[in-house]
Formats: sequence, C-alpha cells, structure tokens
Amino acid sequence: MNELLVASIIHAVVGGILIGIASSLMLVFNGRVTGIAGIYNGILSFVKKDTAWRVAFVLGLVTSGIIGFRLFPELFINQSGRSLVAIVVAGLLVGFGTVLGSGCTSGHGVCGIARLSIRSLVATLAFMASGFLAASIFEYYF
Amino acid sequence: MELKKYLYQVISAFIVGLIFGVGLIISGMTQPQKVIGFLDLLGSWDPSLMFVMLAAIPVHFISYRLIAKMPSPILDWKWHYPTKKEITKPLVIGSILFGFGWGVGGYCPGPALVALGSGALNVIVFLISMTIGMWFFGFLNKRIKFNR
Repeated sequence: MNELLVASIIHAVVGGILIGIASSLMLVFNGRVTGIAGIYNGILSFVKKDTAWRVAFVLGLVTSGIIGFRLFPELFINQSGRSLVAIVVAGLLVGFGTVLGSGCTSGHGVCGIARLSIRSLVATLAFMASGFLAASIFEYYF
Repeated sequence: MELKKYLYQVISAFIVGLIFGVGLIISGMTQPQKVIGFLDLLGSWDPSLMFVMLAAIPVHFISYRLIAKMPSPILDWKWHYPTKKEITKPLVIGSILFGFGWGVGGYCPGPALVALGSGALNVIVFLISMTIGMWFFGFLNKRIKFNR
C-alpha cells in the first residue's frame, strides 16, 4: 500500500474515533442522538426550549471549522471542480432528502447503526448506493 | 434548577459540536474531492473514508450498550431515542435523494456546517440550498403529511 493511502486511513480512523466519542457524549449527557441534519432542521421549526442546544451544537461545528481553517486551511479547499449549479442541486437534494429520510450520515450511518437500528441500516445502504452511483455517473460524464 | 440544567445542555451540545467537527476535519470529510474520490467507483477509488464509519460505529456501539443501562441521561430527565421501527417509503426515497446530492456535491450536512468556518462561497451556497430543501420539505409536509 502506498504511504499516502495509509496516512489517509489513519486520519480517517482517528477522526472516526472522535466522531464516535462526540456521539457518545451527546447521548450520555443530553440523551440525544447526534443526527446533524435533524438537529439543524429542528432549528428551522423553532420549538421553545428545544432551539438553544441545537444552535449551540451547530455553533460548535462551525467554531471547529473556524479554528481548523486558521491552522490547516488546506483541509478545507474544495478542489472537486463542481460548478455552483451542481452545488445548488446537491444542496437541495441533501436538504430535502435528509429530512424525508429522517437522517444523514451521522444520524443513520453512525448513531443508528451503532444502536443496531434496522431503519438506519436500510437508510445507510440506500444513501451509500445512490452516492456511489451519483458520484460515478457525474465523474464519468461531466 | 431547571434553567441550570438547560444551560448545561447547551454547553454540552456546543462541546460535542466542537469535538465532532474536529473529527470531521481530521478524517478528511471537509474536502469534497476526497468524498467524491471515495464515492466514485469508476475512477481511482480512494477507500480511506470508509474507515471513518468503521471507526466511529464500534466506539458508539460499545458506549451505547453502557449508556443504555442508565436510568436517564446526566443533563436531562428522559432519553430522546428515535422510536420508529418500520421501513417506510419516505425513509428509502429520502435516503436515495440525499445520497444523490452527496455524490454530486461531495458535502453532507455535518462537514458543510464545519466548512462554513472557512467562509468559502461554495459552502455558503450549498448550505443555503440545503436549508431551502429542508424548508421545502416542511412546506410539502404540511399538506401531504408524509409517513416518514
């Protein structure tokens, strides 16, 4: 295996462990599942006493990005070459799809599967399959 | 006392967001070209991002087993687990649509919110569209009432 791939895998494992720890802390302290699409979407519906912690969580994510970007800007550069039109379409699909499908990579893919939820397993298989399909088609034709 | 608990929940959520965000940055999820390199099976496939889930799931699997034995979470009176069990059409169709958007843009919601910290235009555009997509669902759901 080449060294770059090994380094990438080590980064992925370390990052994944942190994601697992963060989800565990959310459960043990707040009693909640760390589904990011759901947490963010909950802000839009403005339920009293249920908004502040959601905003705080999202601010935590953004703050990690502000600090991370200062230290390692290269980890944030978008070199995918996707046009803004593609990004708009992607955003609409991700927003609509995650709410209709009750979750995203974090809620279904990590928290749900870790709790052995069949619903989350099905959802994860579905979005992984269509993700593979969409990226492969897009890269091949555009 | 009640207000104090809510305040602690807010602080805890912020710290969880920070740690989760650092995890996403280290893992490479905030680089759309890396995500697309993982999802594009026809190119020179980069399998590394598979290990994000493969590492996160066992950590949370073990912690969940331990946490589930507690009578209540530390900062709340009750658990907020999702309760739905059936496999519904909206679950599958929504997930397929999400996956498509993920493969096209290279961003899922978490990494996009983290990458907002870079102030890049494409992330802002993605997040505005994502929010419109969610809002549009809410609009439709008031009329159709999806059985999610």
